[in-house]
Amino acid sequence: MNNLPLLFCGIFFTLAFSFTGIVLTSHLQFGNLTLSTEELEDDGDGNLVMVEGDPMYPRLEGGVALQGKQVYIEMGCIYCHSQQLRRESHGADMDRGWGPRASVVRDYITQKRVLLGTMRTGPDLTNVGGRLQGDAGRDWHHKHLYNPQITSKGSIMPPFAFLYSLQKVDGDPSENAISIPADSEYALDPGYEIIPTRRAVALVEYLLSLKIDYSLPEAPILE
Amino acid sequence: MSQMPQYSAPIKPYSSTNSSIRAELSEIDASLRVSSLFFITSAIFWLMAGTILALIAAIKLHEPSFAAGSELTTFGRMRSAHMNAMALGFGNNMIFAVCTWIMARLCRTPIRHGGLLLIAGSFWNLGLTVGIAGIIKGDITSVEWLEIPKYATPLLAISYVLIGVWGIMAFRFRKGEHVYVSQWYFLGALFWFPWLYIVAQVMIIWVPAQGVVQSVTNWWYAHNYLGLWLTPMALGTAYYLIPKVLGRPIYSYYLSVLGFWSLAIFYNWAGVHHLIGGPVPVWLLSAGIVASVMMVIPVIVVAINHHLTLIGSRLNWWKSPTLRFVVFGAVNYTLVSIIGSTMALRTVNMTTHFTHFTVGHAHHGVYGFFAMIMFGGVYYMMPRVLNREWPSATLIRVHFWMCALGILLMVFALQICGWIQGTQMNDAINYPDFLEIVKSTRPYMIIRSISGVMLMIGHLAFGLNFFWMLFSASAHRVQKEGPTLLISKKEVIKT
Repeated sequence: MNNLPLLFCGIFFTLAFSFTGIVLTSHLQFGNLTLSTEELEDDGDGNLVMVEGDPMYPRLEGGVALQGKQVYIEMGCIYCHSQQLRRESHGADMDRGWGPRASVVRDYITQKRVLLGTMRTGPDLTNVGGRLQGDAGRDWHHKHLYNPQITSKGSIMPPFAFLYSLQKVDGDPSENAISIPADSEYALDPGYEIIPTRRAVALVEYLLSLKIDYSLPEAPILE
Repeated sequence: MSQMPQYSAPIKPYSSTNSSIRAELSEIDASLRVSSLFFITSAIFWLMAGTILALIAAIKLHEPSFAAGSELTTFGRMRSAHMNAMALGFGNNMIFAVCTWIMARLCRTPIRHGGLLLIAGSFWNLGLTVGIAGIIKGDITSVEWLEIPKYATPLLAISYVLIGVWGIMAFRFRKGEHVYVSQWYFLGALFWFPWLYIVAQVMIIWVPAQGVVQSVTNWWYAHNYLGLWLTPMALGTAYYLIPKVLGRPIYSYYLSVLGFWSLAIFYNWAGVHHLIGGPVPVWLLSAGIVASVMMVIPVIVVAINHHLTLIGSRLNWWKSPTLRFVVFGAVNYTLVSIIGSTMALRTVNMTTHFTHFTVGHAHHGVYGFFAMIMFGGVYYMMPRVLNREWPSATLIRVHFWMCALGILLMVFALQICGWIQGTQMNDAINYPDFLEIVKSTRPYMIIRSISGVMLMIGHLAFGLNFFWMLFSASAHRVQKEGPTLLISKKEVIKT
């Protein structure tokens, strides 16, 4: 093959083909989706449609949770935890109770960095904030991050103890100290306590904020 | 049939007896001596660094408390530093050394201004050192295959372009009419890689696209890093080395045209199969699956060309250090590609996705295929560039056996582990507790660490042999004793 113009055109157009097909077409097709409104109504033909109203879902990123997302990125959590739920009958994500519905394109439009992930050495975290909520969830996450063996004996997740500081109890125990049961083999020496750093607090707030608790027109949560 | 000779015997990439052609080749070899030594030395350093990082990450997957005291050595960072050191440090430096050299030889033109190539290469390695230090420090982007922080990537892009231009310059000033199949692969890859890298950087890091458009772009880039950069470079190298060492032409030159174009058309659509089942339009995934399956065509073509060229060579390839590695790589290319096409099928992917099966597949491709062919390239190239011979056949044997058995053990362990993991993950009734699935991977992770130690021994043997050759006083052994071959003592006496 000595026809060089043909060779160069071929080299150019083959990649241009997939660049247009995969990257540009994606951008045109779903690169401009908008937030959904809270209300969804049946349009009479059995389709759920968005009603005019304030944009609601997915929620915007912000506050301490966004700082926590930065910690999630810095620690490389994505390499063991995905943030995408596969639909019913394609895998067992729903059967495991990992979330109420499959995740769809619109779920990610507010995220400046999308952390879908392609590995599940650990469980999926799309809806971890729906599974572990409130103070109980916060407490569990802190113990688990400090040393995964406390909550999940035999886990291979690395401990993130460097996000916590061990200190002597000065007078009354601190309110935000991590509660490790005294009879646990990981219990601390008496007179000591473990305090989360700001990064640990932010990371846990981020994990608590990961929730699929809203319907979208294309992906309603079925009761 | 006047057309046929053009296809069947278009060039003779094997050794010429014509002394003027030999003189021309040694002039080309000499023009690349300094830069290729620099690139190979850098590649070996990155290989060592990458292997150590890999072992730390591997051990952490069965002993999580290992090196867990500091955030610098946490799993996510060690693993990413390993991957970038191997892909961009080892892989690209090898390509810059081996493929630039083959390109210059096929174009029959010495490389001009080799000093500038050296400067560009130094900036590449500087940028990469900054980038990997950045990953470990915590500036990791957590975008798969693009972990290097923002402040290091422009330097990488610019120095890449400066290096890539050399390959294209060699082509521009080539002598002779014919363009050999290796040259198409190299030209294509030299042009594709910067396009992929720059688009991915801009659309994910600098001006992030909305939502999962990022993920789609991410996998378009990441899969093509293998498919349109490492793969064509390694295939071009094999297409050069197999006929060259055996002294016989490629089985079917005509088929190689088909192989090249079908790879160029189908491979770059395949990447989205990494998102099967994910929040991406189904048409896009279907297109990716179709392209992945169509990849069977270029793979079969290359398999016919590489394997049938070897058949009947009376095991000569087994005695040549170069071909022993190249053939191992070529066979694994066939295997890994067929497995890859199968993994893209929705029903298979449902099990293998999100598991160690994919990790095994990635190592099978990048190491079992690409790295092994590049090792073969170095074994062929260095004696010609340095005019010295490899000092130890034993070290070459250690390198081959440790790496060949090590990578096979790793792929088996990870893929069996991944299949079990995936089956259990999709069975919420019998395996409701995810922690049990996590625990069941542990024995395989231990085997993977053992395979990592084997690879490390192989790499040490390779590095030792290389530096021994470089610094040994007994230069020019090549004239006295001939090339280092992997033959037994009995055979030596016979010859």
